[in-house]
Amino acid sequence: MFTDFLFALRKRGLPVGTQEWLALHQALGSGLLENSDDLYGLGRAILVHNEAHYDDFDLAFLEVFHDVEAVALSDAIAKWLENPIAFEGLSPEAFQQLTGLSLDELRRRFEEMLQKQKERHDGGSRYIGTGGTSPFGHGGAHPTGLRVGGPGGGRMAVQVAGERRFRNYRSDVTIDVRQFRLALRALRNLGREGPEELDVDETIDRTCDDGGEIHLAFRKERRNTVRLLLLMDAGGSMTPYARLVDRLFTAASEMSHWKSLDHYFFHNVPYGRVYRSIERLDSVPTADLFRVHPKECKVVFVGDACMAPWELMATGGALGYGQQNAVSGFDRILRFHDYFDDVVWLNPEPQRYWGHETISTIRRAVPMFPLSLDGLRDMVRHLRKGAVNRKVG
Amino acid sequence: MTDSAFDAFSGTASYIASDDLLRDVNAAVALQRPLLVKGEPGTGKTLLAHAVAESLGMELITWQVKSTTKAQDGLYHYDVVQRLNDSRFGGGDVADIRGYIKLGALGRAFRAEKRAVLLIDEIDKADIEFPNDLLHELDVMSFHIPELDETVQAQERPVVIISSNAEKELPDAFLRRCVFHYIAFPERSLMERIVNVHYPDVEQDLLDAAIVRFYEVRGIPGLRKKPSTSELIDWLFVLMRGGLDAGDVARSVPFLGTLLKQEQDLDLAERRLASA
Repeated sequence: MFTDFLFALRKRGLPVGTQEWLALHQALGSGLLENSDDLYGLGRAILVHNEAHYDDFDLAFLEVFHDVEAVALSDAIAKWLENPIAFEGLSPEAFQQLTGLSLDELRRRFEEMLQKQKERHDGGSRYIGTGGTSPFGHGGAHPTGLRVGGPGGGRMAVQVAGERRFRNYRSDVTIDVRQFRLALRALRNLGREGPEELDVDETIDRTCDDGGEIHLAFRKERRNTVRLLLLMDAGGSMTPYARLVDRLFTAASEMSHWKSLDHYFFHNVPYGRVYRSIERLDSVPTADLFRVHPKECKVVFVGDACMAPWELMATGGALGYGQQNAVSGFDRILRFHDYFDDVVWLNPEPQRYWGHETISTIRRAVPMFPLSLDGLRDMVRHLRKGAVNRKVG
Repeated sequence: MTDSAFDAFSGTASYIASDDLLRDVNAAVALQRPLLVKGEPGTGKTLLAHAVAESLGMELITWQVKSTTKAQDGLYHYDVVQRLNDSRFGGGDVADIRGYIKLGALGRAFRAEKRAVLLIDEIDKADIEFPNDLLHELDVMSFHIPELDETVQAQERPVVIISSNAEKELPDAFLRRCVFHYIAFPERSLMERIVNVHYPDVEQDLLDAAIVRFYEVRGIPGLRKKPSTSELIDWLFVLMRGGLDAGDVARSVPFLGTLLKQEQDLDLAERRLASA
């Protein structure tokens, strides 16, 4: 059973190696463990090195040491309740209407809803969601509602694991501006540029070579040479991800370590012109981007890449009336790909929808990463690797 | 492994730790592995090392890591420039190289005659490779000084506590050697004990009301920086100084700016609290 636990952990992607496993056995052998609470606590301290993995540890612990279903809230329902929207308030009349549901009635409707509901719903009055007036969910208001997802109690190890208190630390879900910044920070390529500074080591070497006669040596400061060009989809289908993209943009623009950072907006796919603002009023010819930016500039598209296939592939397929594009959107993307060394695409759509026709077409041309913390890290790694390969080759 | 060292740490009069944390500290001490502590800012990562040192009666040696810190800085520093200067302008015993070699924090912890607590504070501030450069020294608890042809070997393995704000990811090889503890945000009862340590004579009514309000503010979804323990303590201080009582805190949230430091957060909280 104990080895089962090791493999349950590894199956969930926790990087538990022999070294940690032996350490846990050392702890077992030295009488540090008295009960299952200690096994849970010490096991976590020794086997897990990142709070982002706590949740996976909890799940593996449950799987091996207890029947899971009874305790853990189904992941799918929990997803609907993530990142709740704010509740707007309720008028007294509306409040009146909502009162008077009995518990049995509620339960019945809840189960009914569970059968019907296939995705998340926020701010509504019927489905399980957040910030609405439906009786089911949280962060909203309903006088006799059922709360779904909330703090648990109890102190038994299995129960504690079942609470899944560390769900929010999972790195594949939550992202705020700071986390974006941390991930982006790794994207740098230091080169010697800018003003000169005293090179202490060289000064000492030269001075020693010359028998103690002081020789000052200077060199240029190390500066980041990464240029970034962000191209963001501001189309209607991106609205659910507006906050996420906003945070990415805030993070990128707050950081001063770029050599240059430019951003433009487009609708679904860039055509002949890209826009300076989300309202898409002030525009520049897309061809200008190739003129203004050197090819080392890293181009990051942010968009859901979901559209009708002809919008992507046809000339004249631009969505905006009067925007007759002579070059198809896909060819335009290929031009970016041909001109710039590194072009990547960040997609906020969950990866399971990446089979969509236009997404998979674009993916064939441009490496695509999910717009999550893990995805962003992978993207940064990809961009750094690209730079190294070119240096070698 | 000494039995006496185990279960020795139980918090101090001024530092209240959760049971989980106590267990992990003692496990790290017993297993002789570094304890890596992570957590939100303001949850007492650095203070933990002070408390462990105080509780176990050991000397605390702090190594404050900065963005420019190199692993070598923790071992020893050979002051070539001073020696060169002395040789040119006189002063100091230039012939004795020993006088120009200064041990760093790790070196001093190894040399200490009694077991010491070594705090490597904010390890994530340094370069990404920094932890890897320390692997060997922390494993064997010794290092070599070529200038003296001497090896500094730890008499007693120090208790190593490492704090990180997760600004950079630490290398896997390094993590494997550590006991990891994430300081979760204190729950209400623990928080009450922590506050009581700081303000023993705070009125219970005010404390209750303030803590309820505090968790309410923390619970507002979408905050960029949630208020932490240290902000609660500051806030209580301001409340007491302002002569406010439980009723005031129950009606509104005075001095909200003490809890929330970002403009967007303040706006958001004011809107949420007004609608509640």
